[in-house]
Amino acid sequence: MKEDLTFEKAMARLEEIVKLLERGDAPLDTSLKLFEEGTMLIRSCGEYLDKAEQKVVKLMKSETGEPVELPFEAGEN
Amino acid sequence: MNAKIYGVTELNNRIKALLDSDAELTAVFVRGELSNYKIYPSGHHYFTLKDQEGTLRAVMFRREASKLRFKPENGMKVIAFGRVTVFPRDGQYQLYCAELSPDGIGELHIAFEQLRDKLYKEGLFDKDRKKPLPKYPERIAVITSPAGAAVRDIIRVLGKRYPCAKVIVLPVRVQGAEAPPEIVGAIRYANKYKVADLIITGRGGGSIEDLWAFNDERVARAIFESEIPVISAVGHEPDVTIADYVADLRAATPSNAAELAVPDSAELRETLLSTQIRAVQALNRMISQRRDRLMTLAEKRVMKSPLNYIEDRRLLLDHLQKHFISAAQRIVAIKKERYVHLAASLDAMSPLKVLGRGYSLAQKLDGTVIKTAAEVQCGETIDLRLSSGALKCEVKERFEA
Repeated sequence: MKEDLTFEKAMARLEEIVKLLERGDAPLDTSLKLFEEGTMLIRSCGEYLDKAEQKVVKLMKSETGEPVELPFEAGEN
Repeated sequence: MNAKIYGVTELNNRIKALLDSDAELTAVFVRGELSNYKIYPSGHHYFTLKDQEGTLRAVMFRREASKLRFKPENGMKVIAFGRVTVFPRDGQYQLYCAELSPDGIGELHIAFEQLRDKLYKEGLFDKDRKKPLPKYPERIAVITSPAGAAVRDIIRVLGKRYPCAKVIVLPVRVQGAEAPPEIVGAIRYANKYKVADLIITGRGGGSIEDLWAFNDERVARAIFESEIPVISAVGHEPDVTIADYVADLRAATPSNAAELAVPDSAELRETLLSTQIRAVQALNRMISQRRDRLMTLAEKRVMKSPLNYIEDRRLLLDHLQKHFISAAQRIVAIKKERYVHLAASLDAMSPLKVLGRGYSLAQKLDGTVIKTAAEVQCGETIDLRLSSGALKCEVKERFEA
């Protein structure tokens, strides 16, 4: 998934593309381009979901007040 | 002296029977302060209730003690409920405690209801002020105790359903006086640094006092002001806190909060698969529709034998030409007929026709027709037009009428 394309946007665009394709009134070359874009989105959304490793961090305030991520161990105090 | 002499046990039993026959003592509430609190290996709890002047021994058996929703400590003000009876072996009466709750609950309830009504009137619970939750959150901030079961439940469920979301734990205390400012601080901090697109805050179940941080006005306002949507997950189903009312979504438990926060990635994968199938089907349908249209067009006679088309056009042209010619001839005939007619009427009106009857036309040399004798002078030359030819004449004499 590209940085500027969130999963949410990708899913929304995908839904839009399928609706356009199902309406069936776009010119053929446009439809082919839409199909290609849709296939790409499906692949990248699938890859996003496949990043199965859950990331858990603990957020702490640094001395400057900026957030710092630390590993989180469940059960710590 | 006829006084009856009791055995010890007999007397104890007599006293026990006396106490047991008092209906009020079989179900009594008593207020006091805990002391000498001891939990025996058997699981039974032994303690003393006291006030300024007196003490009362009490026992709470394991079965009842397991239902305690707070941790009793010496010095704590409590209200106990149970029956008073005698334990004949010790010759001691004591309270067999069935329920124990911290004193002051009544005041807390009043405070809760007052705050709830106040915030309700201010519109903090309004449905239209609730923010929509992101459909596919990418970063989820969990504001809770890092040590409790709640954080573990949330992380476990999120990991199972939607492992692609990053979980950011903002550790806070969830009970005690420090809890509300810590929770408020964490909510504001998450907003300030935009660390997440969704917040889950809450804790596991407990007594009303344990949950009190989530009934704090400051916490309620911080949740309301949060630009990041907030799911509250406080305690278990029946416990409703102010935080639950003001949150964008209320979850029954921390695990439930995690379930509500994210979609199930297995379901999403199926959606993606069916989307792919729909796209392929739509495209195939589109191509086959176009192919059908192409075939229909190709089947037309003009496409199959273009010469036919040309011949058709030639026939049409011949036909038109024929019609055109006859139409033109008809027009010419009409015009000609009108011409003959006009010529005849013109001829009838011609002055030459009058001359034919023997009249002649006198004109001055400049062509002016002479109508009266006075118009000419003697000796003037005039033209005289006859039916055939003309004469140039000189006026000899004038006879005026």
